[in-house]
Amino acid sequence: MKIGAWTAVAMLGLTSVTLAQDGNTLSIDGETIVTEAVAPAHLENLDTIYSGWRFRTSETQALQIDDFDNPAMIFVDQALDLFEAVDGSEGKSCSSCHTDGPEEFAGLHASMPKVVDGKLVVMEDLINSHRQDVMGAEPWKWSGADMQAMVALIGLQSRGTPMDVTIDGDAAPFWEKGKELYYTRFGQLEMSCANCHEDNYGTMIRADHLSQGQINGFPTYRLKQAKLISRHNRFRGCIRDTRAETFAEGSDEFRALELYVASRSNGLHVETPAVRQ
Amino acid sequence: MYFRLGLSFAAVICATVAVSEEVKPTEVLFVDGAVEASLSGQPGDPSSGADIMNKGAGNCIACHQVSALAHLPFQGEIGPPLDGVADRWSEAELRGIVTNAKIMFEDSMMPSFYKTEGFIRLGDEYTGKAHGGGEVQPLLTAQQIEDVVAYLVTLKE
Repeated sequence: MKIGAWTAVAMLGLTSVTLAQDGNTLSIDGETIVTEAVAPAHLENLDTIYSGWRFRTSETQALQIDDFDNPAMIFVDQALDLFEAVDGSEGKSCSSCHTDGPEEFAGLHASMPKVVDGKLVVMEDLINSHRQDVMGAEPWKWSGADMQAMVALIGLQSRGTPMDVTIDGDAAPFWEKGKELYYTRFGQLEMSCANCHEDNYGTMIRADHLSQGQINGFPTYRLKQAKLISRHNRFRGCIRDTRAETFAEGSDEFRALELYVASRSNGLHVETPAVRQ
Repeated sequence: MYFRLGLSFAAVICATVAVSEEVKPTEVLFVDGAVEASLSGQPGDPSSGADIMNKGAGNCIACHQVSALAHLPFQGEIGPPLDGVADRWSEAELRGIVTNAKIMFEDSMMPSFYKTEGFIRLGDEYTGKAHGGGEVQPLLTAQQIEDVVAYLVTLKE
């Protein structure tokens, strides 16, 4: 109910980004999910970070509280089948090697992206490299249904774990690149990620309630698209909407941006797969 | 016959003058962020300006609230409300802000509505693809800027 009151205040134009968020707490099947945390030390302009769940209507919030209501779970179930499905020249499935099932990946999502052998790697990279190198199978399309279902299944194993992405050491140059992208004002509208998601979160831009753009719930089931949405697809959509030439999904720019944005979520619990408007 | 020729000759001259009076986006003269003269060389139409507040590349109410347009839903909260904006700013200042708010307010998030160069990764409208390389059109035409300004100067309290 408090979110309703909060929205009413917003409609009167009395908002401030320092105004308290709603008092709702997210609990999924008895497990409490942290949706508000002290901002990580590297964040110079925010004191508190909030999950995107906190900015959604009570109707949308409700869909994430119960896994039976969460439309993303249909895709997670499909990924469980894919996990067992033999594909490629080597006659293997995921479970041929990962014999303990997806549970083996508990905690992995919370630490991604990460640097492996000097390369910045995101979950889609891990999945496709195993498909190609171990299974002899075709790589999946970045934002394809199979790929994002599998990213969601692996992410779900970390649900309730705090995001904890490494930003120093090998990761530092990638993180710096991502930060630079975050603050770049792209396109004819000359807007950066920060313009909306750091400077103006909590306010309305036309009919949209601006969140902090946290990605701890990705892939998310987006109601207006009725499917799981990848992080890079969401980045692409935002940059496109500045009337800019976007970067490609799976580009090094978006890997770097993903690392930086994920690090802004450090301290929030993984919510994958979340539900958004 | 001479008379009619003379008339059409005069009409051609007028049209030429009108076109040459339009200030190009790259040639707008700002003084302390304000722009004194009409960009189109013509007066603005406030009712067209009110339409632009709610549509196309104008869409001012995506970020600004306007009580006089209360019938339009989902007014944004990013920028300051525009009620009484004509009491706070002169017509020239309003023209300067709509043309390129960043001249007056360096870090403003507000798009520059009459600007055609200096963008990073300029796209082809909302396609996500690169701009084709032809002439860049500003978000609003000179006349549309004038129409919006003509509407804004009516917002007095």
